[in-house]
Amino acid sequence: MFDFSVVTNWIHGLLVSVMPLGLASFVECVLIGICIMLMYAVIAMIMIFMERKVCASFQCRLGPNRVGPWGLCQLFADVIKMLIKEIIVIRHSDRFLYNLAPYIVILGSILAFACIPINKGIEVLDFNVGIFFFMAASSIGVVGILLAGWSSNNKYSLIGAMRSGAQMISYELSVGLSIMTIVVLTDTMQFSEIVERQADGWFIFKGHIPALIAFVTYLIAGNAEVNRGPFDLPEAESELTAGYHTEYSGMHFGLFYLAEFMNLFIVSSIAATVFLGGWMPLHIAGWNGFNQIMDYIPGFVWFFGKAFFVVWLLMWIKWTFPRLRVDQILHLEWKILVPIGLANLLLMTVCVVFGWHF
Amino acid sequence: MNIQEKITGYIPQVQFVEGDTLWAVVAPAHLHDLAKALREDADMQFDFLRSLTGMDWGEDGLGVVYHLESTRFGFQLVMKTATTDREHPELPTVCDIWKGAELNEREVFDYFGIVFTGHPDMRRLYLRDDWVGYPLRKDFDESKEINPLRMTNEVTSDVTSTIEIDEHGHAVEKTRVLFEDDEYVVNIGPQHPATHGVLRFRVSLEGEVIKKLQVHCGYIHRGIEKMCESLTYPQTLALTDRLDYLGAMQSRHALCMCIEKAMGVEIPERVQYIRTIMDELQRIDSHLLFFSTLCMDLGALTAFFYGFRDREKILDIFEETTGGRLILNYNVIGGVQADIHPNFVKRVKDFIAYMRPQLKEYHEVFSGNIIAQQRMKGVGVLSREDAISFGATGGTGRASGWACDVRKRHPYAMYGKVHFNEIVFQEGDCYARYMVRMKEIEESMNIIEQLIDNIPEGEYQVKMKPVIRVPEGSYYSAVETSRGEFGVYIESRGEKYPYRMKFRSTGLPLISCLDTITRGGKIADLIAIGGTLDYIVPDIDR
Amino acid sequence: MKYEDFNDNEYLESLVKELNANGANVLVGVLDDVINWGRSNSLWPLTFATSCCGIEYMAVGAARYDFARFGFEVTRASPRQADFIMVAGTITDKMAPVLKRLYEQMADPKYVIAIGACAVSGGPFKKSYHVVNGVDKILPVDVYVPGCPPRPEAMLYGMMQLQRKVKVEKFFGGVNKQVKKKDYKRLLQEEDDKKQQELLADNNLTVKKA
Repeated sequence: MFDFSVVTNWIHGLLVSVMPLGLASFVECVLIGICIMLMYAVIAMIMIFMERKVCASFQCRLGPNRVGPWGLCQLFADVIKMLIKEIIVIRHSDRFLYNLAPYIVILGSILAFACIPINKGIEVLDFNVGIFFFMAASSIGVVGILLAGWSSNNKYSLIGAMRSGAQMISYELSVGLSIMTIVVLTDTMQFSEIVERQADGWFIFKGHIPALIAFVTYLIAGNAEVNRGPFDLPEAESELTAGYHTEYSGMHFGLFYLAEFMNLFIVSSIAATVFLGGWMPLHIAGWNGFNQIMDYIPGFVWFFGKAFFVVWLLMWIKWTFPRLRVDQILHLEWKILVPIGLANLLLMTVCVVFGWHF
Repeated sequence: MNIQEKITGYIPQVQFVEGDTLWAVVAPAHLHDLAKALREDADMQFDFLRSLTGMDWGEDGLGVVYHLESTRFGFQLVMKTATTDREHPELPTVCDIWKGAELNEREVFDYFGIVFTGHPDMRRLYLRDDWVGYPLRKDFDESKEINPLRMTNEVTSDVTSTIEIDEHGHAVEKTRVLFEDDEYVVNIGPQHPATHGVLRFRVSLEGEVIKKLQVHCGYIHRGIEKMCESLTYPQTLALTDRLDYLGAMQSRHALCMCIEKAMGVEIPERVQYIRTIMDELQRIDSHLLFFSTLCMDLGALTAFFYGFRDREKILDIFEETTGGRLILNYNVIGGVQADIHPNFVKRVKDFIAYMRPQLKEYHEVFSGNIIAQQRMKGVGVLSREDAISFGATGGTGRASGWACDVRKRHPYAMYGKVHFNEIVFQEGDCYARYMVRMKEIEESMNIIEQLIDNIPEGEYQVKMKPVIRVPEGSYYSAVETSRGEFGVYIESRGEKYPYRMKFRSTGLPLISCLDTITRGGKIADLIAIGGTLDYIVPDIDR
Repeated sequence: MKYEDFNDNEYLESLVKELNANGANVLVGVLDDVINWGRSNSLWPLTFATSCCGIEYMAVGAARYDFARFGFEVTRASPRQADFIMVAGTITDKMAPVLKRLYEQMADPKYVIAIGACAVSGGPFKKSYHVVNGVDKILPVDVYVPGCPPRPEAMLYGMMQLQRKVKVEKFFGGVNKQVKKKDYKRLLQEEDDKKQQELLADNNLTVKKA
């Protein structure tokens, strides 16, 4: 398994040799920041392209195929278009909050993105309460959405934002509970540690029944948390035109659009990390030859493979299922998912106490 | 039982005209009493107002023609009333007797300026409030100086006026508040993905719950009825296709039938076969589109594409024979435009063989989905009484337990001779409305299968005179289009042009019951209800 | 489609000639090309349809014709996020101000395609008392697509024509006009005044009528 910390240590050593430690740290921070943003943008574009192709194939269509080979350049065209589109200043809106909102959404999203361990050694934000931090960072987004809805001075936006607020805050609970189940199993909240513990088997296998239940609840709740179908009520196109971002144009809308896709990726990659072993290859205890072959595949390939598999799963769900109604969404969360999550947490605790796991 | 005697027993002053159907001519003063008697008499029970037509008879004044039917006994009656006062024409309202009259009377007010006393909401239905004149009056000045294109935004008033008769017999105008100042009123439409065209709702919300709803129409009011008055009969045919564009065959069929009936033309059997098959193909086409758009409204986007994919196959069949995909221009007076294409029979059979397994897939993808069922079951319940009172025919009526299929009630073309089931559900909710249409696709395929192999040889068109003059009189005929009873009422004075041509809209009754069935629902329910009612906006606005 | 297959190449070439009459800065020219490439390949339509043509327009987006292939990926329901408006269907007198407002709500650069006989000229309803005879009376139209309703192929052709048109435009100085903050305030004020006057005139009219 290749450890990326070799590279990072080498850069660190190089920087320290030419400048004082404080400055070197600062330069590293800037470099990492740039890297994260770049990766964020690139992954978002891959996601959007993937979404289009996947939904097209579900719908017996072809999807973009004229711009560049297989339509690969479609995304660049979209980005250029977005960038030069006029950003409309709306009269009778709260100008400051209106302009601030998309950045808050994107900020929350990038912060959460930074928590994800992509390979051994590529963990940007990795400390002992990593999961806790992730949960906190990912819920900043809802503030931005509420602000967007409120400041637009548009009734559709407001309804969309209110729906979003109710939905995201509720489903955070289930997301938390299902991750907590795994935390009980691992006794750590640090992402890198969680991945390391899965060297001899992914948690979805090790934790068997409770982990499986937790995985399914996590997928449902995570899907709802990022406002994607069948939980896309905040921007329900046939009801609220575009929901909370009805009034946004140009790049401001682009930021919401970007954040939506990236949140999907983040949710999927957390699912991959916590349940499916993150960058850890598939290891089966006892099969040493097999395990060694698996180790030759680099960690980030494993990670992205798993993450995009979950993404694909969620896309499948989105394009097939009809949308829920707002009362049904809350009913599903508070009366079904939360009790299941709590019971499952208990079950996992019992399993751990009696050692009924692998 | 003699209806004539019954009526004379209630109101002795009523005059009768015998004909195809019985006409009862009544003075405005007795109109309301007569209507009440007709509705409430246990032996008559005229509970279904088929059509309400405003008329301008010039010297004889302005009036209204009511086509009534008893759903229990099947009696039919036409009621006619007129007022000679052209400056301030007033007639009593009947919307307390038949709820469906409410929007129809607003339409008459809009077209002719007839004020209905006691009507709760006397505003224009289609035209802007600042419109000058009443377009369907014979003396209406169409010049653009009087009614220029107004580019100012229309101001929507929250109050409306009602005219009531006080104890001295004077008309008093009262204002009624539609929306209070402190209500949270959300405007939906005219450009909105879920209104299926340019319909506009104003919805008062309490959180997400709908307190009341107001419908605004007229954004696609093209004045077709007025245009028909200056077109020859064959020319009017072109406009019916564009009314309900998903029932182009059927609405044109209705108009052709009405003119043929008036002229006493015998239609060859081959034509009847072709027309019936075409009508049913059109019905499948329309129901597939209904399925698609409903799925899209409810957020299931993939199913939307399935419906469209299969719909294209019908369009191919249409195109081969008629040359059109959507607007087909196929039926003409006395037959059809061209004979069917040699491939027609084979392709129709292929399509049916292809479609049956596809329907199963639809049910797997959408009908069986738990979310879809929860979104539709028990939502937007329309009771049978309301459906009849509003005149909500078609799949909507049948979902509420009202067997209202014109094909069974007044069989036309080949419908008397083929076997098919009238799909009737009792629940009256969105799911029932949805299932009625899905089942009707199967029934339509059954009908086509019975006919497709037996199309008799013969002429596909009866030679008509180049100038068609319909004999003097009034004629009404109706067909079952994809979304309900589509009626054509022609009043002719023996000229090349119709004196008055009225189309009974299938959609107007459907949207008039929206307020009743959405109350207490959520915004999302409004979308589901709108999707399952399956109205076509140009057909409402005409 | 190949370049030779289009029917109006002369018109486009004359347009290019006219635009390039004053010559262009090399850098700006290249930038223009890149931006126009992006813009033309990512035109998102507004969900807007009034009547029959709307159904054919949906068919263009559906499985068999699929305009997403060309980059017309998503129909946006909010005018703020749309790039062009397909006026599919008859525009009546009552709809005209609404359509105008929709157009004004769209963010620049924005385009209009008139679909079908009704939007082009009033079509079969030309003589009606309540129909606008051609949407070009109220909006600047870029592409006309005749037909009643036009076949989906015709609509695709029209949309590709719009792409071609966008490609030859000048972005800097042409499409991308900028208004200074001071001018913007003045323009807003003028618009408000105009509205006020119209309102007054309307009031006078109603007073007279009464």
